[in-house]
Amino acid sequence: MSFMEIKDLRVHYPIRGGFFNTIVDHVHAVDGINMEFEKGKTYGLVGESGCGKSTTGKAIIGLEKITSGKIFYEGQDVTNQRRQRNSAYNRDIQMIFQDAHSSLNPRKRVQDILAEPIRNFLKLSDLEERRKINELLAIVGMPEDAKYKYPHEFSGGQKQRIGIARAIATNPKLIIADEPVSALDLSVQAQVLNFLKDIQDEFGLSYLFISHDLGVVKHMCDEISIMYKGRFVESGTKKDIYQAPEHIYTKRLLSAIPNIEPASRAVRKVERINVEKSYQVENHRYFDANGRVYDLQAISDTHKVAKTDSLEGGI
Amino acid sequence: MNTTQELPKIKHADNTQELLTIKDLHTGFRVKDTYYNAVDGVSISLKKNEILAIVGESGCGKSTLATSIIGLHDTNNTRITGEIEFRSLNLAKLTDEKLNNIRGNDIGMIFQDPLSALNPLMRIGDQIEESLIYHTKMSKKERTNRVLELLNQVGIPNPNRVVRQFPHQLSGGMRQRVIIAIAISCKPSIIIADEPTTALDVTIQAQILDLLKDLQAETESGIILITHDLGVVAEVADRVAVMYAGQIIEEATVEELFSNPVHPYTRSLLNSIPQTHSDNEKLEVIQGLVPSLVNLPRNGCRFASRIPWIPAEAHEADPQLHEIAPGHFVRCTCWNHFHFEGEEGGSLT
Amino acid sequence: MWKTIIRRVLVMIPQLFVLSLLIFIMAKFMPGDPFTGMITPDTDPARIEELRQEAGFYDPWYQQYFNWIMNAANGDFGKSYTYKVAVADLIGDRALNTLWLSLLSVFLLYLIAIPLGVLAGRYQNSFLDKIVVLYSFISYAIPVFVLALIFLFFFGYKLQWFPTSGTVDIKYDSGTIGYLWSKIYHILLPAITFALLGTTGVIQYLRTEVIDAKSMDYVRTARSKGIPINKVYTKHIFRNSLLPIAAFLGFTITGLLGGSIFIETIFGYPGMGQLFIQSISGRDYSVITALVMLFGFTTLLGSLLSDIIMSIVDPRIRID
Repeated sequence: MSFMEIKDLRVHYPIRGGFFNTIVDHVHAVDGINMEFEKGKTYGLVGESGCGKSTTGKAIIGLEKITSGKIFYEGQDVTNQRRQRNSAYNRDIQMIFQDAHSSLNPRKRVQDILAEPIRNFLKLSDLEERRKINELLAIVGMPEDAKYKYPHEFSGGQKQRIGIARAIATNPKLIIADEPVSALDLSVQAQVLNFLKDIQDEFGLSYLFISHDLGVVKHMCDEISIMYKGRFVESGTKKDIYQAPEHIYTKRLLSAIPNIEPASRAVRKVERINVEKSYQVENHRYFDANGRVYDLQAISDTHKVAKTDSLEGGI
Repeated sequence: MNTTQELPKIKHADNTQELLTIKDLHTGFRVKDTYYNAVDGVSISLKKNEILAIVGESGCGKSTLATSIIGLHDTNNTRITGEIEFRSLNLAKLTDEKLNNIRGNDIGMIFQDPLSALNPLMRIGDQIEESLIYHTKMSKKERTNRVLELLNQVGIPNPNRVVRQFPHQLSGGMRQRVIIAIAISCKPSIIIADEPTTALDVTIQAQILDLLKDLQAETESGIILITHDLGVVAEVADRVAVMYAGQIIEEATVEELFSNPVHPYTRSLLNSIPQTHSDNEKLEVIQGLVPSLVNLPRNGCRFASRIPWIPAEAHEADPQLHEIAPGHFVRCTCWNHFHFEGEEGGSLT
Repeated sequence: MWKTIIRRVLVMIPQLFVLSLLIFIMAKFMPGDPFTGMITPDTDPARIEELRQEAGFYDPWYQQYFNWIMNAANGDFGKSYTYKVAVADLIGDRALNTLWLSLLSVFLLYLIAIPLGVLAGRYQNSFLDKIVVLYSFISYAIPVFVLALIFLFFFGYKLQWFPTSGTVDIKYDSGTIGYLWSKIYHILLPAITFALLGTTGVIQYLRTEVIDAKSMDYVRTARSKGIPINKVYTKHIFRNSLLPIAAFLGFTITGLLGGSIFIETIFGYPGMGQLFIQSISGRDYSVITALVMLFGFTTLLGSLLSDIIMSIVDPRIRID
């Protein structure tokens, strides 16, 4: 059963113009998306830059104003609670950012960084708080004396782990991870990804994993949604998306991923060119006259694709 | 559009004409009156008609190697020794003025971030034209035509309009095409591409890599591709050199490297790619940290501290590159005794 | 672009209204009035009252404000109590003097500061750079009146190289070459003083900009094209480094009218700054209010001008 549901989420930004600087149009950064979260699962949100995936994450956690839509958390409408301090929602939904370095206050010691969510949400005595901080550091595999240091004294991977420690301080249910490994080197990335999986198993966490890297998403996620121009073009299980992609945009993304098999690269290039061609030709089956993505249609229990029925088989 | 027979094979420079030969290159940066070598004894050559990938993680010296070739460092705080042989000149010894005849003319350069690599205040056309002004005797009109031709060649639609535009008016992919146009404007025999697709979306990356390959085939130039992305390497490179801590630790053809990687570092890197793993398998993690420039161990196998379960006697005292198969080089002897942590190891034979 | 300019000018109307109201209220709160200074033991208090009555001192405040603002809109700021001439005429003369002085000052300022800033940035940590940095620290540390007095004493009195007050020698007729030269001769010393002190900011700013620009990616691209280093500086680094200075140009230009209180007072130069200080000490309300109004207006205009200049020199900034 899902513990959280997002219904028809929209985030529109006004475009101002004209003589009196009035609102002349809107940018539809997020344009009507639905999601459900179950305990212990990882949900991938994939798309290219500017597709609205980060905005979606920020809107869910309350860093971005929602234009319309509803968020239900454990059966309750929490849409307007997101911006309140100390609400259960804020405690249970946490976030990890791409740039661990700039998301940690450089003037605070690690212990103060970790104490912040603890003080905000958990009423602990000083002693308990100190114990909790040590516990958190142990979970992310860092020595106890790390708490006396400042963020700049750590490497990129370590900083990201401090960010994770901060996120799990309040025993959250869902962690929104916005490109958590994009800035890291391959071997460090592996460490952070392994670690995210470990704490997931241990604490029954759910993740919303936002990334542009289809390889990482494949490794991490159970269910994946592909986003384009603020809408979902396809969503389904990992198997649905990687083995039986239906939407032309998904196919195009998948065909563009570099593969570490040099022997088959010429074949892949041909395939890529073919997908690119059908993308040009079959476009109208997937996008309406304004270039907007159609509504999602279920094609199996788990797999949904955004395309129109009327022209199915057309051209 | 379907037969695999007519597909281009991965090239192997049977044509052994060497465009550029680097011998024992050291590039050191000054930190408080001491020079620390970021590139520490690199020897490699680039052949005509090939794409040579230099791959490694941040801080391994790959970008320093690229910029050393055309001397783009601050000369006051950098020391370059060794040989960079190009057309019987040693580029490492040339003055800035002499190098200017080679930069942009014989060796073109492509950078990572296409937004910051273009001057925001200058029109696209003028930025491409600049190298033509200094390296050719073309008239103003010939130059204008050449700029349009170049924009066409790199696949920019509507070149007549784009020449008058400014960088911020183009998308990331288009800007990178402009950078490529600048790099190839004087038909260089060598192109150095430093992380050319890292800042781009994956579909744009595929387009740019295809473009680079096509251009290379057309012009028969040699490309040095600097990247951290093994996927990119597998897609475009002919030959690969893996760098760690300022040194090349493994060098091989692209198929050989991916099908038979031998150095512990290469093997660990390949095992840390999520793509190679089935769903619930752990990714390989390399213990410890890349040592910083100042703290780099300069003696013995530089990777030893990151594979502590391998006995010390497995390493060479002064690790050299050994040719273990034709064209396949590996540094140190530890590869012979390497096993991943927790696995059954090969014995010390 | 015209749309933006018109819109910005329209927005200035309420801004100026609020400004005028503030100025009016503050002027009302100032102690004393122009007649206070006329009171001697012999003055008949009734006569003063009469004068006050005539000048409209006992009208309701909004009536006074309305009269003032309507006249001001027609360019009539009343009469100076001290000089007994129309404020507009008084300011007109002084503004012209200040404009001459300021133009030369700013010209000298950039003439000195731009090359020094650029060279210091280019040859960072060189001997030249160290001298320039030292110079800019010294000029930053010296208060304007100290330097002005030293120059006045040394070059004016001791060496007698420059005149010590006034705007022009009375022996020349207006319109002759001699008259013009005499004018320039009179403003040279105050202009140099002003320029030397003003260079600090520009030099430091430009130096840092050039140093930053040197490590920019687009400069590396330019170098990788094989462009001679001097051309890289002239075509890429200098232009881009001058951008923030261009951004401030609007304020600088409109700020020229404000004049410098210290410089003008010390060098006895009859400009706006001197007028301002005199009118304050003389409680010459009509002049004070007119001047503050004018300074406020030029500041608003300066910001508009800066935006326009930026949109011309920086293609990334578009106002429409």
